[in-house]
Order: sequence, then structure tokens, then C-alpha cells
Amino acid sequence: MERVIVLPGLGEFEKKENNSIQKKGTRVADDIMYVFIYLSAGIAVALLIGILGYVFTRGIKEVNWTFLTSVTSVLKGTTGIAGNILNTIYMVVLTLLIAAPIGIGSAIYLNEYAKPGKLIKMIQFTTETLSGIPSIIFGLFGMVFFGTTLGFGYSLLTGSLTLAIMVLPLITRNTQEALKTVPDSYRSGALGMGATKWYMIRTILLPSALPGIVTGVILAIGRIVGESAALLFTAGSGFLLPRTAQGYLTKILESGGTLTIQLYLSMSKGQYDVAFGIAVVLLVIVLVINFLTKVLASRLDVNRQK
Amino acid sequence: MDVKTMNQSFSIIEDKKSKALLEEVMKYLFLVCAFFAVLAVFSITLYMILNGTPALFKVGLKEILFETQWAPTAAEPKYGILYVILTSIVGTACAVLIGVPIGVLTAVFIAEVAPKKIAAIVKPAVELLAGIPSVIYGLLGIMILNPLMYKLELTIFKDSETHQFTGGSNLISAIIVLAIMILPTVINISESAIRAVPRDLRSASLALGASKIQTIFKVVLPVAKSGIASAVVLGVGRAIGEAMAITLVSGSSVNIPLPFNSVRFLTTAIVAEMGYAADQHREVLFTIGLILFAFIMLVNTTFARILNGKDEK
Repeated sequence: MERVIVLPGLGEFEKKENNSIQKKGTRVADDIMYVFIYLSAGIAVALLIGILGYVFTRGIKEVNWTFLTSVTSVLKGTTGIAGNILNTIYMVVLTLLIAAPIGIGSAIYLNEYAKPGKLIKMIQFTTETLSGIPSIIFGLFGMVFFGTTLGFGYSLLTGSLTLAIMVLPLITRNTQEALKTVPDSYRSGALGMGATKWYMIRTILLPSALPGIVTGVILAIGRIVGESAALLFTAGSGFLLPRTAQGYLTKILESGGTLTIQLYLSMSKGQYDVAFGIAVVLLVIVLVINFLTKVLASRLDVNRQK
Repeated sequence: MDVKTMNQSFSIIEDKKSKALLEEVMKYLFLVCAFFAVLAVFSITLYMILNGTPALFKVGLKEILFETQWAPTAAEPKYGILYVILTSIVGTACAVLIGVPIGVLTAVFIAEVAPKKIAAIVKPAVELLAGIPSVIYGLLGIMILNPLMYKLELTIFKDSETHQFTGGSNLISAIIVLAIMILPTVINISESAIRAVPRDLRSASLALGASKIQTIFKVVLPVAKSGIASAVVLGVGRAIGEAMAITLVSGSSVNIPLPFNSVRFLTTAIVAEMGYAADQHREVLFTIGLILFAFIMLVNTTFARILNGKDEK
């Protein structure tokens, strides 16, 4: 008889124990939130894998040597993007030639020369604003200002001038970040030994900040390669290769569609196979750029630890 | 004077003058570089206003902003863009409503929940997502989303006689594409906001007996609130300004922004018609650009205010 009474009592005791401290492990609301958190992260990763997987499976068979090295022509019966690849290279080089010196110079001024004040605030604010303006607005501005007012028309030059404004904040900000990581002792050391400020910047600061600056430039390349809205009404859609050596020079003033523009045009015409082929090429470029920035960023970290 | 002549005999000091000149030149050169951003923003604003306002006077503010009929090439052209503005607002709002929760929770995952090794996979994946060109999102939207939407449309409107079938190019498809495209922005900025929350706040909360989830949602996120707010604002800016990805996905005809309608955004209106527009039609497209620009400036100043608010704390 006694045992029968004790056992329910023991059971009750165990239950109470469950109610207090041990219950912490079974909070339902927590588990639900965990499910949502894992689900969200899962969605983000699944999106990437899905996009890469789909584009590569659909487009990889389109990409072959003729596709990369010939121009679309009805006469020869070829479908190719060589002209667009060349245009993209022109666009990247021209844009960086304009934007990189200005962007880096701007960062040097903001970080090394400027004293805090209204002027700096204005420059900082406009740089922020510039990075927030959508590319279609840059496109409209480039079309009327560089295209019409300055008279460059639909050309690679108009396109690259437009893109130069667009990537300027990116280069400025990355260079500024890189300059900030250079320890102050470097500066005072150089100045203390009698170097002038420009000499110090040229020989001490810029080399130490180089990985960061290059990272900014590479990110800018990524932005230029992926840009489409700003180029549609500025650089146009030419896709031919120059015929003569001189043509490579005058090309700057001719219309030229980059890979993204060609992708968009193929897509609107319903030529999805070509579109996926170009998408594969673009994704490979994006992957390479991503890898390069990763490598450079890790080198920047090593610099910091020293 | 004496000192100066004496100094000049030393070779180190000799080229001081040209050095000082170089110093000055470089300083002003850098200043000019820094001014390019100011110049650019100023001239963009000027040109948008110069090109966008004539149509407002010629056609009339009311006729453009509050009319719904868009027929720019008709014999009696109509330039009402109310539906276009509404579409941009509704589309952006919905994309943010979908994208922000997923983005913030992913940021929580990367910064708080995930083991280091898994976070080291998810974070680069997100960065890669940010680098994919917008036309590729558009291409996938057409190839994957639109057929799905069309199937859905066929089952929902099976018996409807008034519905205009769109082949799946509708508002929902555009919203999904936009929501995906703002994810990387939201995730990256929220993540750095969450990481900036001091460790001791977390430790204090955990020591008081709160579970990890309670700590995240009742302590960490409220503290990181201004950072997350700027993530939302930047997401809005990205969504409202996106053009190429949604041009074809949204169907691009002017309609009330209802889920299964083919719709046109401010951005896609410009992309779709700028190629052939002339005269007044073209001027109205610039007015659309000006309205878009005004929206963006509003978003930017909100963002700046949030940042300033954070500094004052």
C-alpha cells in the first residue's frame, strides 16, 4: 500500500521539476523562430544555387569558340558576341580611365587634406546621394548631357562618361576605407623625416592602401559589366567588330552595346538561347570578380594585423 | 632676407620653391577631384528639372499626375501616369514587405545563429547574389516566374470572362523579382548593424535567463534598429529604381496595380518608350524621370536623417 502512495507523489515531483528549470529547452515560440531564421537563410542560399544552376544548365551548351569569337551575321550564319565582348572591354577601360583618378583623388582629399567642416559634409553628402541614384536616371542624364549637349551621340564615350559618374562613389568610398586602415604612425613617420605631404602620399600611403584601392576598382568593374539601364540610351546597341586598325580608335565615338545590353535585346526578341549563353559569360565574369575581391580583401587583412 | 639667401646655398632647400608649388598644385587637384561628386549631383538635379518640367506646364500638372489614361501616340494624346506612380509605390512596398523580413532573419542567421563554418558559406553566397547583373534576374523571371504565374492565372480566372490574360507577366512576378533583388542590400546592412551591437548587452540578457531567441528579438534587434531602418530605406531605394529586371517581367502595359494585372513602373515606362519617343511624348517621359528622381531624393534624405540620428545618440 505504501508504495502505491509514494509513486504518484514521485510522479508529481517529477512533473514540477519539468515545469521550472528544465522546460527552458522546449519553448515553442523559440523553435518556430529558429525555423523561420533557418528558412530565410535557406532561401537566400537556394536562390543563388538555383540561379547559377539554371543559367549554367540552360546556357553552357550555347557557349563555344564560335559564339565567343564571331559576330552575329545572317550572311555567314553565325551567332556570336565577340563585338559585345570588345565593347564591354572598351567600356570598362574607358570608364576606369575617367573614374579611377577622380575617385582616388577625391578620397585622398577627403581623408588627408580636408578639415572637418561644411565643405566636407557637402562632398560626403553628395557622394552618398550619387551612390543612391538609380542607374536609369544616370542613363537619362547621360543621354541629354553627354549625348545631346556635348554632342557625343550614342557612343561608347557617352556610355563610359555616364558610368564614370555612377561608379565614382564606389571607388571614392573604397579608397577612403583603405586610406583609413593605414596607421597614423606611417604618416607622422614620413612627415617627421622631412617628406612633403604629396611625397608621403605617393610613396607611403598609396602603396600601403593599394589592395583596398584595387578592390574598389574591381568592384567598379563588376558594376560596369553588369550595368544595363544606364547604357541603353547612352551607348546604344552596336555589335560589330571594327574592320580596320583605325576603326579601333574611332570605335570610341560609335555606338556599342555591352554584353548586358545584348542580353536584354536578345531577351526582348525572344532569342532565349543566345540570352542564356551571354548570361553564362556574365556569371563567369561575376564569379571571377568576386573571387579576386576575396583574395585582395584577405591581403588587406594581413596588412592590418602587421 | 639674409636667412633666405643663406638657405638657398643648401642643395636640399634649393628646390623648395618648386616643391612647395607642386604641393599646392596637388592639393588643389585633389580638391577638384572631390568636387566632381558635388558637380555631378548638381548637374543631374539641374538637368532632370530642366527636362522634366516643360511637359508639366504644357500638358498640365493635373493631366499628368492625376489622370489614368496613357495614350501618348494617339491622335489626341493622353499622358495620365497615376497608375504608373501607384504601381511603383505598391510594387516597392510589397517587395520590401517580402524582402525585409527574409533579409533581416538571414542577417540574424549569419551574425547570431549560424556556426562559423556555415556562416562562412552563406555570407559569400549573399555577396555573389548582389553581384548578379539585373538583366539576368529579368531573364530568369521570364523563364521561370512567368510560366508559373500563368498557370496560377489560368486556374484562378478559369471562369472569369472579364479578365485580361497576361501570360504571367504581372505585378506579382515583378514584386518577387524586386524582393529577391533587394535581399543582398538588406542582409549586408542589417548584418553589420547586428554585429555592431555590444557583446555585453547579449551577455546581460542571457545571464538574466532569457533564451537566445528572446535575446535576439528583444535585445539585439531593438538596439540595431536604426541600422536595420537604413537597410530598409536603401532597399526601398533599390526597388524603386530598378528598371531592366522588371521591364519584361511586369508585362509593361499601363494598368491598375492589381496582383494579376500587367503593369508598368516609373522606371519601366522610361525604358519601354524612350527608344522611340519624340517631342511632347519624350518630354513627358522626362517628367516621369523627374518624379522618380524626386522619390529617390526623398528616400536619400530619409536615409541621411536616420544616419544623423544615429550619430547624435
